[in-house]
Amino acid sequence: MDRGKRWRERRRIAKMITAVENALPGHEQILQEIYKKTGNAYVIGITGPPGAGKSSLTDALARGYIEKGLRVGVIAIDPTSPFSGGSILGDRIRMNELSTHPQMFIRSMGTRGQLGGLSAATHSAVMILDACGADVLFIETVGVGQSEIEIVKLADTVLMVMVPGLGDDIQAMKAGIMEIGDVFAVNKKDLPGADKTKIELEAMLSFLPPREWRPPVCMVSAMYKEGLEELEVAISEHRKFQADHGRLEQRRMRNAQEALLAILRDKMVLRVKSDDRYEELLQRMMEKTIDPYEAARQLMEGLDSCSED
Amino acid sequence: MQRPIRVLVAKPGLDGHDRGAKVIARAFRDAGMEVIYTGLRQTPEQIVAAAIQEDVEVVAVSILSGAHSTLLPRIKELLKEENADDMLFVAGGVIPDDDIAFLKEKGVAAVFTPGTPTTLAVEFIREHVKR
Ligand SMILES: Nc1nc2c(ncn2[C@@H]2O[C@H](COP(=O)(O)OP(=O)(O)O)[C@@H](O)[C@H]2O)c(=O)[nH]1
Ligand SMILES: [Mg+2]
Repeated sequence: MDRGKRWRERRRIAKMITAVENALPGHEQILQEIYKKTGNAYVIGITGPPGAGKSSLTDALARGYIEKGLRVGVIAIDPTSPFSGGSILGDRIRMNELSTHPQMFIRSMGTRGQLGGLSAATHSAVMILDACGADVLFIETVGVGQSEIEIVKLADTVLMVMVPGLGDDIQAMKAGIMEIGDVFAVNKKDLPGADKTKIELEAMLSFLPPREWRPPVCMVSAMYKEGLEELEVAISEHRKFQADHGRLEQRRMRNAQEALLAILRDKMVLRVKSDDRYEELLQRMMEKTIDPYEAARQLMEGLDSCSED
Repeated sequence: MQRPIRVLVAKPGLDGHDRGAKVIARAFRDAGMEVIYTGLRQTPEQIVAAAIQEDVEVVAVSILSGAHSTLLPRIKELLKEENADDMLFVAGGVIPDDDIAFLKEKGVAAVFTPGTPTTLAVEFIREHVKR
């Protein structure tokens, strides 16, 4: 079946994402079936502080790709409330016009405690949209926590969105976060202070250990549709740089590895927990009659002897 | 962990404020639901496209503009066209009693008028969502 045809089966795509997101019965078969068809979409991770304009910018960039005839998928992730387990996912507000476009597919996800972790659920959703025909895929996350950093690692290009007036926040973001940006956008360039933000950013980037790729800083306004072409060019250049240096292969190899390890981890943990001795060994650890290494060794032995299913 | 109920909250029509929709979105969130909030001035087509892509179990629209007797049946019709008729479809807003029977006939499962406690809407959804 050709990619365009699969892309038109919106309900089916949506249901597949629900199945993998919730680890519903049959989700493994879905991923097994689509896996070989993945690898065609270019994945752009878009991150930055809340309110920076990530969704608006996703919408603006998506329009450009759509005009070029490409199919665009968006996975927009917002935090789940730790208190109620509920969430309000509001990224579509900025993308309403595109939501009916046949080349567009937008899906919102909460950071709720998915089985196997958020990045695994996101990776599965990425694979589904990729296999179903997306040419470009955006993953939008709020750039704060560790799990979000894990997610943007799924991306081929990470776009960090900054805005004027963050003040000290920009300093706070430095630790561990600046390093993951491949392209920087100072959004809301229509507001005062945007130039200063760009200068600060560039200064900060110059303190990072030197790399072959120097992340460019683009000034844009998602609202007034300014600077978007330059930003798109910067993304393409990063893409080309990576392709020329074998980096895309590297990233994808790492994703393959993470996917495999995540499945192995889940399966081993499930298997071990169903072992009768699991509780018993835990109890003995509490009594200090066994150490965790020895307990693990005994449980691993159990894995070897029941590996037929 | 039980997966949260996914609800689309949308505000069709041309009138300019979404206080009611936001109140209901927060109430659903606080009740542990995952709310996809699409904001103001949605066309029925946009609402249904979002509902399909998000694979929600409930479509909840807040309406003030008085155009409910055309907009709501239109949304239901589009859901049917997309084979998404199994989604629970509810509405809230200033809707005269006389119109409620007509809307229910057109496939709106429940109509919540101003003054209905949000807990009632939450309860209704929990009871009627198909799993
Ligand atoms: N002045 C100005 N406001 C913008 C621009 N881009 C987005 N905004 C506004 O910033 C707010 C947050 O935008 P949103 O895209 O939801 O940010 P996100 O939280 O990073 O996804 C909204 O009110 C947007 O209208 C811009 O270029 N200039
Ligand atoms: Mg957003």
